[in-house]
Amino acid sequence: MLKTLPTRARAFAALLLTLAAVTTARAELTIEIVKGVEGALPIAIAPFGGNAGLPADIAAIITADLKRSGRFSPLASSQYADRPTELSQVNYASFRSIGVPHLAVGQVRAGGAGYAVQFQLADVYQGSQLLGSSFDVRSGDLRRVAHHIADLIYEKLTGEKGAFNTRIAYVTARGTSSYTLVVADSDGYNPQVVLRSPLPVMSPAWSPDGSKLAYVSFENRAAQIVVQNVFTGARQTISASPGINGAPAWSPDGSQLAFTLSKDGNPEIYRYDLASRQTQRLTSTSAIDTEATWSPDGGSIVFTSDRGGGPQLYRMPASGGGAERLTFSGDYNSRPTFSPDGKSIAYVTRSGGRFHIAVMDASGRNTRLLTDGGMDESPSFAPNGGMILYATQQGGRGVLAAVSTDGRVRQTLLSTDGEVREPAWSPYGR
Amino acid sequence: MVAVRPLNRSPPIRPDPEEPAQESDPNMNAERIPTPKNRSLQTLKTVLAAATLATLAACSSTGSTSGDGSSGSGGSGTGAYGASAGGQYGSGGAYGSGGPAGGYVGGPGATQEQRVVYFDYDSADIRADSRPIIQAHAQYLQQTPGSVAILEGHADERGSREYNIALGERRSVAVRRAMEALGVQPNQMRTVSYGEERPAVGGHDESAYAQNRRVEIAY
Repeated sequence: MLKTLPTRARAFAALLLTLAAVTTARAELTIEIVKGVEGALPIAIAPFGGNAGLPADIAAIITADLKRSGRFSPLASSQYADRPTELSQVNYASFRSIGVPHLAVGQVRAGGAGYAVQFQLADVYQGSQLLGSSFDVRSGDLRRVAHHIADLIYEKLTGEKGAFNTRIAYVTARGTSSYTLVVADSDGYNPQVVLRSPLPVMSPAWSPDGSKLAYVSFENRAAQIVVQNVFTGARQTISASPGINGAPAWSPDGSQLAFTLSKDGNPEIYRYDLASRQTQRLTSTSAIDTEATWSPDGGSIVFTSDRGGGPQLYRMPASGGGAERLTFSGDYNSRPTFSPDGKSIAYVTRSGGRFHIAVMDASGRNTRLLTDGGMDESPSFAPNGGMILYATQQGGRGVLAAVSTDGRVRQTLLSTDGEVREPAWSPYGR
Repeated sequence: MVAVRPLNRSPPIRPDPEEPAQESDPNMNAERIPTPKNRSLQTLKTVLAAATLATLAACSSTGSTSGDGSSGSGGSGTGAYGASAGGQYGSGGAYGSGGPAGGYVGGPGATQEQRVVYFDYDSADIRADSRPIIQAHAQYLQQTPGSVAILEGHADERGSREYNIALGERRSVAVRRAMEALGVQPNQMRTVSYGEERPAVGGHDESAYAQNRRVEIAY
């Protein structure tokens, strides 16, 4: 390959630069509401006392989280004059008069090595406290505590667990000579590069405990499946067979990976036991079999196959054997992923030459189109199942977007540089 | 070759009065660059040799750079290379063994145009206009038994990424089979599919897609 030497020299120079820059984490992604929803719950998050001048605006982060979920329509702080920082200061009549049923207040104080953060949630009409907590956090954790408070509010008022204090992984590309694997907060802030390579990186998949990422790297001009501990940086090559090593998917207990190899002639799905390092072949066709996703109960694997002509989704027992076709509408259905509760499957479908994210029951019935972007791909469920993160194009550039599982709320996460693709929403972790 | 960086790990957020767990992370803020993967001296030699050959080829074929932009017509042009290639690229004299008909050069000395095989949409069939390219490389490999070609398969960006990896591999396997049919030893070829991950051009229209559905023959 003629370009090898100069490319490598450039990559090394770029590496030196980026390693210097990576410590100054900044927001690379911002949220934009594309399509709102009626019936979202009004709520007021009053500016936190003592927050001025701190690196993160806690009330603003909580407000953005709740708004992004589509379940809430938070008031802007300019819509009310009162500035209570604890419930004893609240004039409930004033908040009732603007028709907001719930109010969160709080304050932050420097203390020890970080901050002490207090918050309370009130039922405005009852004039009573629903939640109250205080936290001592390190100075770098102000955003995280804000996401955690948003999770508490979300769960208290919707009855479902929040997923704001989680992470997302994604891949970026600049041209065809610089690829990164990035881990960021669920709102796109605090992006941290965990891998940089001059050759493609693809298909990141979180281990069920949220500590590792399995992905495909072409760093030796050949595909290999790597598992990397995101906290220590320790890497292990899982598979580097001739041909394809692709589409890694964790078993729900984290003990095994399903992936695609073509070493036996054409793409087939295999399962690999991380402890014994034994590989077992699960499919045996002359067609393409790839893109495995493990059902949350561990019993079955859904995957893409063109054994019927074009790509369609099939399900087989996780031990291999006879596969049952799940999709029949349209001539292109691929990249399935199970919802955390195992009841539904999100996937990519083509309609009129355009690619969209769809969701269906795990049985294959009740198909619903969720997006209309045209180049939508790589769906990934939030760990609470409430939203799906996916990749799309905007202005000819790859960006990330999110859609509520019911399809009513969509937003685009804008990126300031490079192509962004293949989002993977982390599990809650242990 | 790759740079790995550990994630900053924060203790879980718990309400008071519980003490926040103090997980110490010795790697926090540490940059950890792994030792480059064993890229053997042999590989480096091959790269250097390829660069030397490329220099020779470039010197012996004035005007070869004028072809760089012509990939814009890739995908449709039957005979686009054949018509001018003879005069433009010479007769493969750099290898002293007489190039194949039409003046196509195989091996590391081939120009970019002479190392790319294009495919129709949703197809892994070798088109007639690609045969001379494959023949030239097959001839080089047979004449240079120690050499190994990397057949890099690519797909256009439409559809899911891992499925496109499989489509790209189908194309690289089609080229490998065509080479085998011409007598090339299987151990002189290695296939890798980059799917849609390394497009030749970055557009999002049919013209770009046609240039991205390809197999690049590298050494």
